Amino acid sequence: MSWFKKIFSSEKKEILDKGLQRTKNSFFSKIGRAIAGKTKVDEEVLDRLEEVLISSDVGVNTTLKIINQIEERVARDKYMNVQELHSILREEIGVLLKEPKEEMQSVQPWVIMVVGVNGVGKTTTIGKLAHRFENSGKKVTIGAADTFRAAAVEQLSRWAEKSNAELIKQGQGADPASVAFDALQAAIARQSDVVLIDTAGRLHNKINLMNELSKIQRVMKKLIPEAPHEVLLILDGSTGQNAFEQARAFKFATRISGLTVTKLDGTAKGGMVIGISDQFQIPVKYIGLGEGIEDLLPFDKDAFIASFFDNSSIA
Amino acid sequence: MFDNLQEQLDRAFHILKGRGKITEINIAETLKEVRRALLNADVNFKVAKEFTNKIKEKSLGQKVLTSLQPGQLIIKIVHDELVQLMGGQNVGIDFSKTPTVVLIAGLQGSGKTTFSGKLAHFLESKKHKKPLLVAADVYRPAAIEQLKVLGGQIQVPVFTLEESKNPLEITEKALDYGRVHFHDVVIVDTAGRLAVDEVMMKEIKAIHEQIHPDETLFVVDAMTGQDAVNTAKAFNESLNYQGIVLTKLDGDTRGGAALSIRSVVNKPIKFISNGEKLQAIDIFYPERMANRILGMGDVVSLVEKACEQFDEEQAKKLYKKIAKNNFSFDDFLKQIQQIKKMGNMKDLLGMIPGLGKMTKNIDLKEDTFKQTEAIIYSMTLKERKYPKIIDMGRKKRIAKGSGTSIKEVERLLKQFGQMSQLMRQMQTPFGREMLKTMTAHMGNNKT
Ligand SMILES: Nc1nc2c(ncn2[C@@H]2O[C@H](COP(=O)(O)OP(=O)(O)OP(=O)(O)O)[C@@H](O)[C@H]2O)c(=O)[nH]1
Ligand SMILES: Nc1nc2c(ncn2[C@@H]2O[C@H](COP(=O)(O)OP(=O)(O)OP(=O)(O)O)[C@@H](O)[C@H]2O)c(=O)[nH]1
Ligand SMILES: [Mg+2]
Ligand SMILES: [Mg+2]
Repeated sequence: MSWFKKIFSSEKKEILDKGLQRTKNSFFSKIGRAIAGKTKVDEEVLDRLEEVLISSDVGVNTTLKIINQIEERVARDKYMNVQELHSILREEIGVLLKEPKEEMQSVQPWVIMVVGVNGVGKTTTIGKLAHRFENSGKKVTIGAADTFRAAAVEQLSRWAEKSNAELIKQGQGADPASVAFDALQAAIARQSDVVLIDTAGRLHNKINLMNELSKIQRVMKKLIPEAPHEVLLILDGSTGQNAFEQARAFKFATRISGLTVTKLDGTAKGGMVIGISDQFQIPVKYIGLGEGIEDLLPFDKDAFIASFFDNSSIA
Repeated sequence: MFDNLQEQLDRAFHILKGRGKITEINIAETLKEVRRALLNADVNFKVAKEFTNKIKEKSLGQKVLTSLQPGQLIIKIVHDELVQLMGGQNVGIDFSKTPTVVLIAGLQGSGKTTFSGKLAHFLESKKHKKPLLVAADVYRPAAIEQLKVLGGQIQVPVFTLEESKNPLEITEKALDYGRVHFHDVVIVDTAGRLAVDEVMMKEIKAIHEQIHPDETLFVVDAMTGQDAVNTAKAFNESLNYQGIVLTKLDGDTRGGAALSIRSVVNKPIKFISNGEKLQAIDIFYPERMANRILGMGDVVSLVEKACEQFDEEQAKKLYKKIAKNNFSFDDFLKQIQQIKKMGNMKDLLGMIPGLGKMTKNIDLKEDTFKQTEAIIYSMTLKERKYPKIIDMGRKKRIAKGSGTSIKEVERLLKQFGQMSQLMRQMQTPFGREMLKTMTAHMGNNKT
C-alpha cells in the first residue's frame, strides 16, 4: 500500500457526506422527480436529466454526450426503467471521470507543485496537504513561490505553523523560480519526504504569467530532473465552463497530473470536472470541503458518483 | 471560445436566410443555438430558458427587412434584450453622506479584500475622498495583513483590532474611529462565507444590522457557473444589498453569471474588477457585458456608428474592392479619412467580432495618421496601386518627400501588408456579412 493510501485511509466519511449532502439532495430530488411515476425513459425524462446535468455545471457538450449514450442504449434495449437509468448514468459518468494512477512515491523528496487561477484555494489546499503528510510521519517542506500577492507568504506561514511543516521563503517580489529552487535544496539537505510548492494565482489567459510557471518547472529540474513529480491544478467548485479554458492553458504550460476541486461544501456541484477529466485525461485527486485543516479528501470516483445517484434515494 | 457563439449563430442563421418573416418554425433552430451559447457562457439554465422565450416573443412576426439578414435582426433583438436585462445604464453609489459606510460581502476568494483596496484607491484618487479600510475578516489566515499591505500601497489607513476575534466589535470601534478622524467613507472588508453556512450568514447579518451600511456590495467572481443564482439570492435575502461587483473580468470568461444574477435579484452591477493591481477597477457598462456574454464584439454600435459616419457610396465601393482583393494605398487613404471621422481606428476595429484579437498587434494610433497620409501623398499613383514595385530607390524618394525616414516608410508598407491581410481575413463568411450589413444599413438610412 502506498503511503498516500495510508495517510488517507482514515477517510473522513462524515465530511464527504456533510459536504455532498446538498449536492446529493438536489441532484436526487430532481432526478427522482424526473422519473417519478414513469416506467421507461422517455423524452421528458431525458429533458429533465439534461436540466439536472446543466444545472450542475456539467456543461452542454458533456451533457449531450451523456444523454446520447443513454438514448443509444434506450434505442438498443427498447425499454429502460428507472433503476436501470440510474445505474447506467453512474456507469456513463464513471467512464468520463479518470481515476488517479497509483503513484509510486519512492523518490525523496517528492515534489508537488500547486497551480490555478486566483482565489481557488491553492494555499489552503497546501496547508491541508501538509497536515495530512505530517500526520502520517512525513517530513514536509513548503516553498512560498507566491511572491506577488499581498500577504501571501504570511498566509502560507500560518498554515505551515499549523502543520509543523518547514517553510522556505524569500521577500515580497522575489523570483518565484528561485524560491522553488531554494525549497528543493532545503528539502534535499533536510531529507524531507515531500515538497509542496505554492504558486501565485494567475489567470490562464496571461501568457507571461503562464510562462513563469514553465520557468519554475525548468529551474526545479536543475536540482531534481523529475521534479515536479506532480502538478496539481486547483479548480474552484463553483466555477462554470471557464474551468475548461483553465485546464487547457495550465496543461499547456505545465505537466498537470491531477485536479483538486475545492469549495464543494457549498451549493456548487463541480460538475464541470467530469468533462474536464474526460477531455484532458486528467484524474481528480482531491476535493476540498471546507476551510479547516482536515477538510480535504482524496477523490473517490465511486463515492463521488454514488453520492450523486444513490439507489436508496430513488423512489 | 469567443468565436463559438458567432459560429453557432452563423450556422443557425443560414436556416433563416431567404425568408421574409420570422416564424415559429424558422426561429426554432436559431433560438436553440442562442440558448446553447448562453449555457456555454454559464448563464443559468432557467434564466437562459426564460430569455430565449422572451426573444421568441419579440421576434415572431417581425418582418425581415430585405436589406437585413434575419439572423442579424435576431442578433439585434438578443443584444438589445441582454442590455436591457443588464440594467440599461450604469448605476453609481451615493457618497454624499458622511461617513458613507460600505459593507463588502461574498463567497471565499471572490476578490473582496482586493476590491476593498481598489474602491478605496478609486475614491481617494478620483473622488477626493478620505476613505478608511476596516479589516473585519478574523478567520482567513493573514487576511488582516493582506488588507494592511494593500492599504500601505495606496496610502489609505486600515483599521485593525488585532487582539479581537469579534467582527462586531471591530466594526463598531472602526466606525467610531472613522468619525473621530473625519473619514468620509468607511469600507468594511469581511470574511468570505458560503450562503449555506448559517453561523457565518448570521454573523454578517448582525454586522449589517449594527453598522447600517449605506451601501452593501456583493462581490462575485465572473467565472462562477450555475450556482451564481443560489448564492446571489441567499446573500440578497440576508443583506438586501444595493449592488454587485463582478471580479476577474480580465480573464476570458464570458461571464454569463452576470446575467443570471441580474435576472434573479434585480440589483445593479456597479463595479467591475479586472486585474490584480489596485488600479484595475472600472464602473460597469451593461452594453459591454452583453456583448461579452454573446462573445461578439460591439457589433451594434459599430453598425450604428458606421451608419452615421460612413459615406454610403464609398463604403459600397470599398466593400467591392475588398471583395475583389485589390485594396490599394488610395483606398487606405480614403479609409483613414473615413475613420478619422469615426474615432479611434483601433477601437473601431476592435468592435468587429474576431478582429479585436488581430488588431491588437497592429499599431494604429490616431497621431500616426498624419505621417501615414504624408507618406502616401508622396507616392506616385502607380505606387499607391501596386505597392510591390516600391524598391529601395523609391523608398528613399518617398521618405524624402514626406519628411520621414526609410524606416518609417517601411513600417507603413508592413502595416499596409497586415491591413490587406486583415481585409482578406474579412473575406470569411462573417467578415463579408459584417460589411454587407454595414452597407445594407447605410442603404436603409437613405431610403
Ligand atoms: N468553503 C471553502 N472555502 C475554501 C476551500 N478552500 C479554500 N477556501 C477559501 O477560499 C479562499 C481562498 O483560498 P486561498 O487558499 O487563499 O486561495 P489561493 O488559490 O491560494 O488564492 P490566491 O493565492 O490569492 O490566488 C480562502 O478564504 C479559503 O479559506 C474549501 O474547500 N471550502
Ligand atoms: N486577475 C484578477 N485577480 C483578482 C481580481 N480581484 C481579485 N483577484 C485575486 O483573487 C485572489 C483572491 O482575492 P481576495 O481579494 O483575497 O479575495 P477575498 O474575497 O477577499 O478572499 P477571502 O477573504 O479569502 O474570501 C487574489 O489572488 C487576488 O489578487 C481581478 O479582478 N482579477
Ligand atoms: Mg495563495
Ligand atoms: Mg478577503
